[in-house]
Amino acid sequence: MELSNDLKNLPASGDETKIVRQIFQYIVIKLGDENFGIDINYIDNILRMQQITRVPKVPAYLKGVINLRGEVIPVMSLRLKMGLEEDVINRDTRIIILKIESEGSVGVLVDEVREVIKLYEDQIESTTGEGVSPESRRFVSAVGQNGSELISILDIAAINLDEN
Amino acid sequence: MDVSQYLEIFLDETNEHLQSLNTQILNLEQNPEDSDTINEIFRAAHSLKGMAGTMGYKRMQNLTHDMENVFSEVRAGNIKVGPEMIDTLFQCLDALQEYTDNIKNSSDEGTNDNEPLIKLLNDYLNGKGAESAPAPAPAAAAEDAKASEAPAAASDVSEKWNQIKLDDSQVKVIGEAIKSGMKVYGLNISVKESCILKAARAFLVLKAIEEKGGEIIVSNPSSQDIEDEKFEFDFTLIVIAECGIDDLIKAASDVSEIDKVVGDKIDLDKIHFEDEESLQPEPATQPAHEVVPEAASPAASAPAASTQASAPAAAASKPADKKPGKPVVNRTIRVDIEKLDSLMNLVSELIIAKNSLVSASAESVGAGMNNDFNEKIEYLESVTTNLHESVMKVRMVPIENTVQKFPRMIRDLNKKLDKKMELYMTGEDTELDRTVVDEIGDPLMHLLRNSADHGIESAEIRAQRGKPEVGSIFLDAYQEGNNVIIEVRDDGNGIDVEAVKNKAIEKGVITAEQAAAMADKDAINLLFHPGFSTAKQITDVSGRGVGLDVVKSKIEALSGEVSVKSVLGEGSTWTIRLPLTLAIIQTLMVVVGGEKYAISLGSIETIETIPEKDIKFVENKEVINLRGQVLPLIRLNKIIDIESNSPEDGNLTVVIVKKGDKMAGIVVDELRGQQEIVIKSLGKYIKQVKFISGATILGDGEVALILDTNALL
Repeated sequence: MELSNDLKNLPASGDETKIVRQIFQYIVIKLGDENFGIDINYIDNILRMQQITRVPKVPAYLKGVINLRGEVIPVMSLRLKMGLEEDVINRDTRIIILKIESEGSVGVLVDEVREVIKLYEDQIESTTGEGVSPESRRFVSAVGQNGSELISILDIAAINLDEN
Repeated sequence: MDVSQYLEIFLDETNEHLQSLNTQILNLEQNPEDSDTINEIFRAAHSLKGMAGTMGYKRMQNLTHDMENVFSEVRAGNIKVGPEMIDTLFQCLDALQEYTDNIKNSSDEGTNDNEPLIKLLNDYLNGKGAESAPAPAPAAAAEDAKASEAPAAASDVSEKWNQIKLDDSQVKVIGEAIKSGMKVYGLNISVKESCILKAARAFLVLKAIEEKGGEIIVSNPSSQDIEDEKFEFDFTLIVIAECGIDDLIKAASDVSEIDKVVGDKIDLDKIHFEDEESLQPEPATQPAHEVVPEAASPAASAPAASTQASAPAAAASKPADKKPGKPVVNRTIRVDIEKLDSLMNLVSELIIAKNSLVSASAESVGAGMNNDFNEKIEYLESVTTNLHESVMKVRMVPIENTVQKFPRMIRDLNKKLDKKMELYMTGEDTELDRTVVDEIGDPLMHLLRNSADHGIESAEIRAQRGKPEVGSIFLDAYQEGNNVIIEVRDDGNGIDVEAVKNKAIEKGVITAEQAAAMADKDAINLLFHPGFSTAKQITDVSGRGVGLDVVKSKIEALSGEVSVKSVLGEGSTWTIRLPLTLAIIQTLMVVVGGEKYAISLGSIETIETIPEKDIKFVENKEVINLRGQVLPLIRLNKIIDIESNSPEDGNLTVVIVKKGDKMAGIVVDELRGQQEIVIKSLGKYIKQVKFISGATILGDGEVALILDTNALL
């Protein structure tokens, strides 16, 4: 809530001709040792780990389906999708429900959800890959500077790129 | 006037009228003299004209106007219906359809004036002179007067309530009302001719009168008929009220789209006796009444009134009788399909909630819950099941609307292909879920065109083969258990298995060796292979190589199946089998390796316990012998890649499933009983796994997958 209030307090478009620095919000998640940011606009929900029903004969990164308020939603492992090691499920594990216009909802398994950050557009640089591990490079669209920390911003389209 | 809010109604009704015109004109082609059909066509054209005019579609209005004129002459007997005229009329319908489609897409009718058609129509009109006898001319004039509606008849309006016959009880009611100081009024209300929702307006008028304290004693037509829109443009009431007549007239006139309200106080004795007196002279002095059916009906029923005491009832039903061929209007409402979808979703949610209660109660039975609770759960179950059935029924529509266009299509194909054939349809009233009916049209059209193009031989060949010169195509629909079967059958050439095989080899679908070993039945199924067409030449009717495979995939997308049987030289039968419902099904829950799967009860034949030692091997595959029938055995755990943990007691739990005449045994670990489930899609993200047709949410919130056993066979 606090965040959305902050948004409202930003200069409204009606205000004279002040130059507005565009602001983006990200949820920072952890996969292994790396921090990733997911654009908050794509996020529908964050769930605790729950029972996932396995679906046979699908790629390994598709973990199965869950029941989200009466809808059946597929869940995939971001780790496997990005070529990292298999998830270790513990009490920090979360399922983030992403809402994507063309594909409907999909859940992604992450190790941990850390925080919500705001980045101004000049704190975000599109990346060619330095500072990002080679496996996950193709899923990262940009890198954000959050204080002293570097956050790799996930390219939702690449996550969803269907390649089975 | 802003008409956009009526656009949907306009489109719906236009399509209905066009469909009716198509059917009626086909009918007319068979029976050119049938006056009922001609009347029906005239009425439909007239309604179309009125609707198009109201909506401001001038071109459409012009075309229908000319069609109406032609029919007015046909009705009067001045023009004879000939084959060319039928062709022209069909072209007119196509043009109207084009307007309608344009309107649907862009809410504009387009710019095609269809002048050649209008000219043709006018030629018929002008050409009539040669044939027309002078005698029917006045009749024609009278018809025109009716077509242009009421101004001429308006002068009679003030009389109308005096023509209503009252029965004894009504007379008594009125008499008592007068004694107690009430007043009796006659009212005649005319609705504007352009009014689209006549029944709704009439209803508002009745309501307005009742709000003024008026009690409606008699109405003509009856209130039921008014509600069903079975009146032209006016209706007559006898009302008892305390207030003045002006109040009533004002209340009625305040309703929008009401053209005119006339009313006056009536004297009971006067109407009662005047009626009796006017019986004889009326028809003689006022022949003009014949022009308007409402006005005519009391006069027409007059002779009966003198002999029968129950005349008012007869009079009330007369207006309906006077309109031959007018379909009986059901008491229906139009509902947006989206509203039904959301209703259906709610029912689905309710069933899920009910299932969770059932599973909660099952758990608590051990904990000593009383029977009372279980009884209530059972009651809830029966209510939700009935609710589901009712909602499904609401969504069911007859396939009629979809198949109605086919006779016309076959007629056109007759000319295009230069063959002689006739389409016979039965079971048009068979009902299916609305979404299925919307989707089934194209596949059926493909199959019919296929039969017309490839099936039915030319007249000469048919004659050589000793068949009737006119080929027959049959479209039969009927319900069979939880399925609806639609058959397309023809008495044509049948499928030439060798030709199919050769074509398949040529197309590289199969090898020559495969072809030689192939059973006829399998060869025929090659027809459903994508990109397969045996047509020697590509026609624009069928044989573009897209067709049967599209038919198959479309039917399968509706969870149905299509099969074909054929005898060379005698004809083919295509059978489409569709499930009645799509969203909620009865299933058997099975467990394999700790995972739950649902199997539709519809595809289950029996459940068997088979000793492991009874398994035999045929070509290295496991089979069982079940009561003399050898069935392949499918180990479900191998299909879904999981370790089975069935109890090792030397017995297998086998679910025997069938698909058409194929059967197989599916080995599972455990059975969990029957359950009603709601089918949910796995979503676009998980690419269709062939043998999983969807998922469902169980009572405890867990997701279970639905096994499509058809894909396993």
